[in-house]
Amino acid sequence: MDHECARLLPAVCAVLADPRQPVADDTCLEKLLDWFKTVTEAESSLLLLQENPCLLELLSHVPTLQDVSAGVLSFSLRLAGIFAAQEDCFQYLQVELLPGLFGAAGPLSRAVWAVPTVRSGWIQGLRSLAQHPSALHFLADHGAVDTVFSLQGDASLFVASAAGQLLVHILALSMGGRAEGHTCPQGDDWPTCAQKIVGHIEESLCSTDTSRVTQALNVLTTTFGRCQSPWTEVLWEQLSPLVARLLERDPVPAPHPLVDLLLCVARSPVLGSSDLGPWEMTAQALSRLGPTQAGPLALGVLKLHLCPQALRTQAFGVLLQPLACVLKATTQAPGLPGLLDGTSEDSVVADALLSSKSSCVGLLCRTLAHLEELQPLPQHPSPWPQVPLLRAVVTILRLCDGSAVPASSVGGCLCGTLAGCVRVQRAALDFLGTLSQGMGPQEQVTQVFAILLEYLERPDSSPMVLKKAFQATLRWLLSSARTPGCSGLGPHAVLFLPELFPVLQKRLCSPCWEVRDSALEFLTQLSRHWGGQADFRHVLLESEVPELTQQLLQDPESYVRASAVTAMGELSSRGLHATPTSPEQPEVQQSLLPEFLHILSADSEGFPRRAVMQVFTEWLRGGHADVARDTERFMATVLQVVSRDLDWEVRAQGLELALVFLGQTLGQPGPHCPYTVTLPKAAPPSPLTEVLGALCRVRLFEFAFRALFDCDRPVAQKSCDLLLFLRDKTAPYGSPWEAGGSPDSASVEAALQRWQAGEQGQPLGDLEPEAMLATLRSIDLEGLRGTLAQGSDHVEKSPQSLLRDMLATVGILQENQADCY
Amino acid sequence: MKIKKRFCHSYCLSGHPTLPCNVLKFKSTTIMLDCGLDMTSTLNFLPLPLVQSSRLSNLPDLSTVDVILISNYHCMMALPYITEHTGFSGTVYATEPTVQIGRLLMEELVNFIERVPKAQSASLWKNKDIQRLLPSPLKDAVEVSTWRRCYTMQEVNSALSKIQLVGYSQKIELFGAVQVTPLSSGYALGSSNWIIQSHYEKVSYVSGSSLLTTHPQPMDQASLKNSDVLVLTGLTQIPTANPDGMVGEFCSNLALTVRNGGNVLVPCYPSGVIYDLLECLYQYIDSAGLSSVPLYFISPVANSSLEFSQIFAEWLCHNKQSKVYLPEPPFPHAELIQTNKLKHYPSIHGDFSNDFRQPCVVFTGHPSLRFGDVVHFMELWGKSSLNTVIFTEPDFSYLEALAPYQPLAMKCIYCPIDTRLNFIQVSKLLKEVQPLHVVCPEQYTQPPPAQSHRTDLVIDCQPPATSYRRAEVLTLPFKRRYERIEIMPELADSLVPMEIKPGISLATVSAVLHTKDNKHVLQPPPRPAQPTSGKKRKRVSDDVPDCKVLKPLLSGSIPVEQFVQTLEKHGFSDIKVEDTAKGHIVLLQEAETLIQIEEDSTHIICDNDEMLRVRLRDLVLKFLQKF
Repeated sequence: MDHECARLLPAVCAVLADPRQPVADDTCLEKLLDWFKTVTEAESSLLLLQENPCLLELLSHVPTLQDVSAGVLSFSLRLAGIFAAQEDCFQYLQVELLPGLFGAAGPLSRAVWAVPTVRSGWIQGLRSLAQHPSALHFLADHGAVDTVFSLQGDASLFVASAAGQLLVHILALSMGGRAEGHTCPQGDDWPTCAQKIVGHIEESLCSTDTSRVTQALNVLTTTFGRCQSPWTEVLWEQLSPLVARLLERDPVPAPHPLVDLLLCVARSPVLGSSDLGPWEMTAQALSRLGPTQAGPLALGVLKLHLCPQALRTQAFGVLLQPLACVLKATTQAPGLPGLLDGTSEDSVVADALLSSKSSCVGLLCRTLAHLEELQPLPQHPSPWPQVPLLRAVVTILRLCDGSAVPASSVGGCLCGTLAGCVRVQRAALDFLGTLSQGMGPQEQVTQVFAILLEYLERPDSSPMVLKKAFQATLRWLLSSARTPGCSGLGPHAVLFLPELFPVLQKRLCSPCWEVRDSALEFLTQLSRHWGGQADFRHVLLESEVPELTQQLLQDPESYVRASAVTAMGELSSRGLHATPTSPEQPEVQQSLLPEFLHILSADSEGFPRRAVMQVFTEWLRGGHADVARDTERFMATVLQVVSRDLDWEVRAQGLELALVFLGQTLGQPGPHCPYTVTLPKAAPPSPLTEVLGALCRVRLFEFAFRALFDCDRPVAQKSCDLLLFLRDKTAPYGSPWEAGGSPDSASVEAALQRWQAGEQGQPLGDLEPEAMLATLRSIDLEGLRGTLAQGSDHVEKSPQSLLRDMLATVGILQENQADCY
Repeated sequence: MKIKKRFCHSYCLSGHPTLPCNVLKFKSTTIMLDCGLDMTSTLNFLPLPLVQSSRLSNLPDLSTVDVILISNYHCMMALPYITEHTGFSGTVYATEPTVQIGRLLMEELVNFIERVPKAQSASLWKNKDIQRLLPSPLKDAVEVSTWRRCYTMQEVNSALSKIQLVGYSQKIELFGAVQVTPLSSGYALGSSNWIIQSHYEKVSYVSGSSLLTTHPQPMDQASLKNSDVLVLTGLTQIPTANPDGMVGEFCSNLALTVRNGGNVLVPCYPSGVIYDLLECLYQYIDSAGLSSVPLYFISPVANSSLEFSQIFAEWLCHNKQSKVYLPEPPFPHAELIQTNKLKHYPSIHGDFSNDFRQPCVVFTGHPSLRFGDVVHFMELWGKSSLNTVIFTEPDFSYLEALAPYQPLAMKCIYCPIDTRLNFIQVSKLLKEVQPLHVVCPEQYTQPPPAQSHRTDLVIDCQPPATSYRRAEVLTLPFKRRYERIEIMPELADSLVPMEIKPGISLATVSAVLHTKDNKHVLQPPPRPAQPTSGKKRKRVSDDVPDCKVLKPLLSGSIPVEQFVQTLEKHGFSDIKVEDTAKGHIVLLQEAETLIQIEEDSTHIICDNDEMLRVRLRDLVLKFLQKF
């Protein structure tokens, strides 16, 4: 601890110990604790206490105060725990101080115990303290473990959860010495403390009180998740029969924690691979639990890398059951491949689907989400029932839009329940998109495209459902293009696109901005992937989509304008944007550049301006004709507009643009630079003088220097990186101009100092490259980079500042008190 | 006071659930609920020259209808047929906007029909022998001979003059028997649901209601609570279409057409959804870059409709009401008119032909495409695939409406906007309001024929709704048990209650029941008349019914064994007791006399021996308490 802190500390302790001076802000206590934690990590706690007796005074005084605030008491408990984590300090404190804080005579017996913060502080204090065997004796002597048992059922969830964690910690600590041994003793030979905790868990597992069962299961899950020592195997051997017995109860108590435990055990390298593996019990759980709880267990089982095949099959069956039920209820023609053919129908699943709308929707959404999560994993079940799954999802989507024809009373009921259900539609479209990875027979793919088109066309589709439908469509189009032997668009896409574009046109005209936005995003993706394909170009140019998109640059909604900018930028890069066809030059596109520059300088919202800058950067990278025609003029105009922008992201994007420009004029940035740009095979870099002349003409130096003192740190950092790159690139060319000396560079530096001081008004004027280069070399860019990396609040975060703030707050309070007299 | 049991009847006179016409007989009152005019049969005809009345001739005698309650302006189109041709002499109740806009709709209809000269009218086809040779659906139409010509403006005016204006929540006494109250139904300007209640019973009539936030005042649900019966009609005709989605569809298609240089035709009624569409376009056209496209509203009543909508502030939703205080016009179509974006004309003749500029959007009637200016535009624009007709009114099948114009090159978009309750909303409403019984058209109790698997498209309530169909008489599923009777204070003072069980006291009341205007009052009985003579006495007896000497009331039961013992004590012998289904018969064989003792009566049957009868009577009375 530094001298200044040591000087301030007594005053702070006095404030904390004085109930008349309440600490207004709890966060400063948290910060104080964090600071003490770092201090004790580096120094001896004992020494710290001896050098700063005010701390000991505080810790012994606070528990005796009658009207102590709960916050300060909790703070003291946690602070004492932090100090007592070191064994010598623990010994020093344990005689007098610790019993008064954590023993029966402490806050436990006082009214303030009713405040959850105090109970939480007590637990956290013990959690910090319990680091050495001596602590275990202390816990045993003061009956702390029994208190922790009772706190497991605390009304405050935070306290209850912390109590469970503490139990796990104590158990692991007391078993800690034995982890290294080759043979692990049986439960009877375990330390008393461990035996006590295990006994408590056993009792809880046999309890009829579900909350107690839940607590025990949670403690076990945390234990097995955290400790991989051999003793955990003994523990599982001892307790697994009790867990198995839970599965025989009807209904099974605490199903969710039970699933968590089984999965945790299965994942544990110690337990999962042993003979006592949880497989049998998991299989039993899969068949005993209801579909809602069995689903997550089945998913967990299927995600395991090592697992018996029979169990995997069973788990997959559980996962597929609801969809099988849907298929069965709607299949008109027998003979189509089903999911789970040959297995008997699970009436429990059917009941869950039919019992209520919320239960049906919940089960289907979870099932679809589980399968969606499973499909991309390498360990997903194989063979993957792609065909029936596609049928099931298409059926669900048809049930949702009311077009499915039910084949049974269950189907009729599903039809009524699912009609118009947005949640299921979203989940089904997400999963349908995922299924595009596997394709399917021609006929089925046609069906998929048909249902997607239906959803895109339906006036009733909610904006969110439409967005999902667009996403799924894109994925299916992409996968269609991956058909073997297919170059460009796939066979389905070629047929589908002419139907898709009229729908897209309509959606671009939607009065709902979310819909217009999703349609534009979809269009951007389409053009990015197929902008070069003749079929796609033909359909797009035949439609009114390009004109409509350009129209949306004037949309009243800023998000839509931003998406329209991105879409138009993409279309224009591909030579696809709309042109008012002039009879003289039918092939020439009208430049979008002026329109985009107008948005950049005039749009009142940040999003469209950011989008313009991204498009410009892409255009510069890709050598877009509008930019390449006169790159210097383009750069000069853009940088001038951007430097005045109020949105820091736009300014940062301006630096990105500048970096690309530098890369193209000076050669690619070296590996030290985090920004990599892909360049067209450009002509060899021009001589340095020319390049520097160009940089001066586009006023890149002025832009970057200004950004160096930007009030937003990311902009300043980016500018710093850019200037470092520039300095490194110009270094090998020698220094024809010595640093300093020139009157120009002096004026530049003076201007920079003014900027640093916050005066932004003064422009640099037209200056020669040499002055700029000299200035560049005179700035301590490395130092600046270091300062910027520290963060803007590094001064405010120091402990001195914290301590002073705490005192100042009290001071203000005192002043206010004085005013009252 | 329990005085009688009587049933309530409902007669259904319309097979169209959204154009209802029911007659409710409740207490002594006959109430007609709405008189919608089902015009779908016009679709059987070629455009223009033909229109016929609804089929109302086989109704019960409509001259006995006491009052007609109107829910909204769409449900009063048959009013002139009833008020002018049936001998109806009662009162019609409706809100002011309903009457004013209803008048506009009728005026437009009359105008559409009358301005097209008919050289002759064909009626031979109505001959049954010829009709059966006609193609379907004409050959299946029932009772075509009773179809009528469209009414005249004179009849409309006469019909409307019989309407009495009412405001929401206003309580209207009908003959003292029932009270009727209109409540906001949220569907259209001035649209109402009705509560018809007596002191002990409450019937709610919910017809054409909406829970969506559009221009009218929101629906009053709370007042519908505690109904014995809730009659539910006028639900959405397109339960699967969501109005928001349809408005979106409308705007998108309109924009696409106009951008391509095409014209948009919107066949519509001159009031209602058109206000919402104009409001939606007001926000949309600028953002879609369509500000320069003219909107035309052509109807003989276009001007009145646009102006009326702005003056009914108290009937509008809160948002629009508050605009009036700014002061701003509640509907933005005022601004559209001011900026010349929306223009309105009484017909295509005159100014319109000078101003007409294409591409444009035209709103005009009639939605059936059989008469009105819309016929002209269908013929003008039908040949070009650049143009689009967008159907927004849900009353007519758009395919049938288009049939006579085929082949047609113009695009047809069907986006029906029906803001009335859908089945999900009904189910929420019923859960909230919890009526004891729901009564509805049978169409609402089974899925639509084209979507028989949609079991969600029915009214789902407990107990299941009672359904009715056209021309059916339904006994409403509740019995009237009680009637309120007032007791005059002086009579109440004179009562002496006797406690017969703890907490239950009885008192006999001797009074005169005075009933006037369906109100019942118990008045003190007249003092025994002085035996005077002459005219004076006569006059008294005119006012008060004959009053006999009051006899006490008896209560209690006769224990047979004790009764027999008493008889024996009084010298009767040879007594025989027989048990019967209802009690006992005590047989005095010697005296040839029967005493029949039953639960609620005792008869002494003896032959011409009055002395004996009186003796026996006095013995019987000893066992009974007197009031």
